[in-house]
Amino acid sequence: MQEGAVLELRGISKFFPGVKALQNVDFTLRAGEVHALMGENGAGKSTLIKCLTGVYPKDEGEIYMAGHDKPVTIRSPQDAQNIGISTVYQEITLCPNLTVAENMYIGRTKGNLTRWKRMNKGAGKILKDLGIPAAPGQQLSSCSIAVQQMVAIARAVDMDCKVLILDEPTSSLDESEVAKLFKLMRDLKARGVGIIFVTHFLDQVYEISDRITVLRDGQLVGEYVIEDMPRVQLVSKMLGKELGDISDIKKASDKAADMTSVPVLEAEQLASAAGIKPFDFSIHKGEVNGFTGLLGSGRSECVRAIFGADRVSGGTVKVNGKSVKIRKPLDAMKQGIGYLPEDRKLDGIIGDLSVRDNIILALQVMKGFFRPFSRAQAEAFADEYIKKLEIKTASSDTPINSLSGGNQQKCIVARWLLTDPVYLILDEPTRGIDVGTKTEIQKLVLELAGEGKSVTFISSETDEMLNTCSRLIVMRDRKVVGELKGEDLNQDMIMSTIAGGEAQ
Amino acid sequence: MTTETKTPVKKKSRSVGEVLKNMTRHQLFIPVAALVLLVLFNLIADPSFFAVSLKENSLGNPVLSGNIISVLDNASELVLLAIGMTLVTASSGGQDISVGAAMAIAGSVIIRLVCGGRVSVDTMQTSLILAVLAGIGVSMLFGAFNGVLVAYLKIQPMVATLILFTAGRSIAAWINNNQLPIVNDQVFKYAGTFIPGIPIPTPVFITILVILAFWLALKFTNLGLYTQSVGINANASRLNGLDPKMIKLLTYVILGACVAVAGFIRVSRSGSINYSRIAENIEMDAILAVALGGNALGGGKFNIYGSILGAYVIQFLTTTLFKYNVPSTALPAYKAVVIILLVVLSAPVVREKMSHIKKSSKRAKEVA
Ligand SMILES: Nc1ncnc2c1ncn2[C@@H]1O[C@H](COP(=O)(O)OP(=O)(O)OP(=O)(O)O)[C@@H](O)[C@H]1O
Ligand SMILES: [Mg+2]
Repeated sequence: MQEGAVLELRGISKFFPGVKALQNVDFTLRAGEVHALMGENGAGKSTLIKCLTGVYPKDEGEIYMAGHDKPVTIRSPQDAQNIGISTVYQEITLCPNLTVAENMYIGRTKGNLTRWKRMNKGAGKILKDLGIPAAPGQQLSSCSIAVQQMVAIARAVDMDCKVLILDEPTSSLDESEVAKLFKLMRDLKARGVGIIFVTHFLDQVYEISDRITVLRDGQLVGEYVIEDMPRVQLVSKMLGKELGDISDIKKASDKAADMTSVPVLEAEQLASAAGIKPFDFSIHKGEVNGFTGLLGSGRSECVRAIFGADRVSGGTVKVNGKSVKIRKPLDAMKQGIGYLPEDRKLDGIIGDLSVRDNIILALQVMKGFFRPFSRAQAEAFADEYIKKLEIKTASSDTPINSLSGGNQQKCIVARWLLTDPVYLILDEPTRGIDVGTKTEIQKLVLELAGEGKSVTFISSETDEMLNTCSRLIVMRDRKVVGELKGEDLNQDMIMSTIAGGEAQ
Repeated sequence: MTTETKTPVKKKSRSVGEVLKNMTRHQLFIPVAALVLLVLFNLIADPSFFAVSLKENSLGNPVLSGNIISVLDNASELVLLAIGMTLVTASSGGQDISVGAAMAIAGSVIIRLVCGGRVSVDTMQTSLILAVLAGIGVSMLFGAFNGVLVAYLKIQPMVATLILFTAGRSIAAWINNNQLPIVNDQVFKYAGTFIPGIPIPTPVFITILVILAFWLALKFTNLGLYTQSVGINANASRLNGLDPKMIKLLTYVILGACVAVAGFIRVSRSGSINYSRIAENIEMDAILAVALGGNALGGGKFNIYGSILGAYVIQFLTTTLFKYNVPSTALPAYKAVVIILLVVLSAPVVREKMSHIKKSSKRAKEVA
């Protein structure tokens, strides 16, 4: 093993039916470093981590750990944990109907009876140290995704580990939570823990990492020290080409929206069972607007109310000036509205079904129970979008489960594009999506607007919103507190409106 | 994004081992293998097991008889239940344990109408079609009752259907005022025995018809897609415009219809009904058929043909055991052993392990 390394992977390969997920990949982690593992969707990052931690058996290769003179065998995540590798997987793998404390201690009590009191106390302390707003006795499913993500991290961190692996831990966290996580990572680093960090956020990579390993199409591209690797170069290493530019499309679409016409959708005093204050909302033909605000400020709840995803408890909705009742998602779909939900795993994918079925689902439901698409038609639809969005999958028959996170997300985007909506709501469409595709999706949104479609776009990343939206609705404490457009559309103004300085 | 997305590598030439591996991975591997084993066992132990002969039955009609015919005939009720149970399992992730009791109810309704309240009739008092339709209707209502408990009140399927499981046979008895009517009209028995001039048992035809109906339904409606979606992820299904509660309810109602047809066949076999014994324990066999067919009892993806095959395998096993004079009291124990084996073998965890062992032994050989 190399000097100072805590972990070395040599020649790791992993094949799935029809996919070479990893081919002869080397990876070295040194003590006390944060090592970013980067690559586009489906590059094999999660697979590498799963092979390392025994979730999947690896087909080839060896794993060396400091303190072991022979290659170690890791057959299960439990083995990995026992030799000092803690992992937070990309998809949250906690039990929603257990409490927060139970989730943090489950499977770790080593045979003795669970001591509830001590467990709750221990959990309470960690939660407090990490500033996680959850009570130990609270049921996990009652926490937001962000909090669940933090609990998953807390669970991993609590163990005395030599290696900590974080697979896209920040995808559903807001800035202050990311800051907390980074502080924690720095503490661990100072204690000599080696950290593998997977993310698609370049800013975060440059803020915290010491070294970067890039994968592309299951192969190792290289290992770099962060100082020697400027952003642009990193991106082209990941993509294998230069990143596209979206600034020029934006201007064209700005003109396209006609703000004087009858709105495509207009809601007055809309309220839902999810507990948002009644709000007004409208969107015009060819317009892209967005909801912004901190996590939990109610932006997702607003669009859910528009789509009828939560029980609507009041207010009126007009589509093209005509009063309509949207009580359930199907009502909205019939009005030509599409909705990509925030939580991909819980609300988006139908796990065991094929990519094809997942893509055609919404359109099929609209077409009706007695009119199924023929197999050939369904295949044609699926193949069209697999190609268009460059979804990496062995075939359209592959269960969507076995796609990488980002590619699953693309399938859900495809599902709604296929319905050819008049008005498309995208709640965090770029979550877990690589830099290249992020730009593609923003481009797509602007293209849709150019075709006269309307889009509501929600993203935790403010620049994405600024790139795409011509109007931003700002939320705080489940209430609309302002609207920004034109000159006011900039980072500072958004921040100050979110924080409490009134706009207008 | 790379422009040249890699096309997956398809291996053209396949080794025998690979073909074998793919076969064992197939969902229907276990029931097919079980069937093959049963056939082989019988072939070796006593090839006369498969003898089929034309005999005259008590009415003087020439009919086919033999163990194979008896398997096909007697499996009918189980096959029908397994079909409905598969849908219920897929959509609600649980099983209906009241199917046996519900068969008693459906049978009782049919007998009641056919007898018109009398204890014994020589000619039917209501048209048979009407009576059967009424039986199906009532059974669908009870299915809806179960469905509402499961889908709308969110009660665990096993618990929800426990109500009808417990009360069903009393309800069946109550429908006929606790009497045990007997139908002597031969026409009534056509469905459960033979139609004059046709040497194949009628239940076989009914089963084929029902299977055909489901084949068509799965092909020409979205029944399959919807039930699987709802079973896998009800939340996401709802956001795609489906009504998960309604779809769960629908599957219970469909099961109700299957139950009624099975109940009809069962009472038609003898022209009478025994409320406490009719279709006793059949719910367990129906659930096992679903599991044997490689379907996850936790719901989601299903293969209805797997369940059908599973049902035939169970009946084949029962008939084989009968043939070797296993006393009927000991039958369940024998069956249990075989079925545990099959179910354990078909569990994904075990299959994963098996393929792993195969792989590493292969690698060991390569190294050596
Ligand atoms: N269980 C599986 N079965 C089949 N193929 C799989 C399985 N898991 C992953 N793959 C395939 O392996 C490849 C690598 O996937 P992986 O999840 O490692 O990507 P990733 O780099 O983590 O991407 P992302 O950034 O989207 O999370 C993908 O093409 C994926 O389809
Ligand atoms: Mg991943």
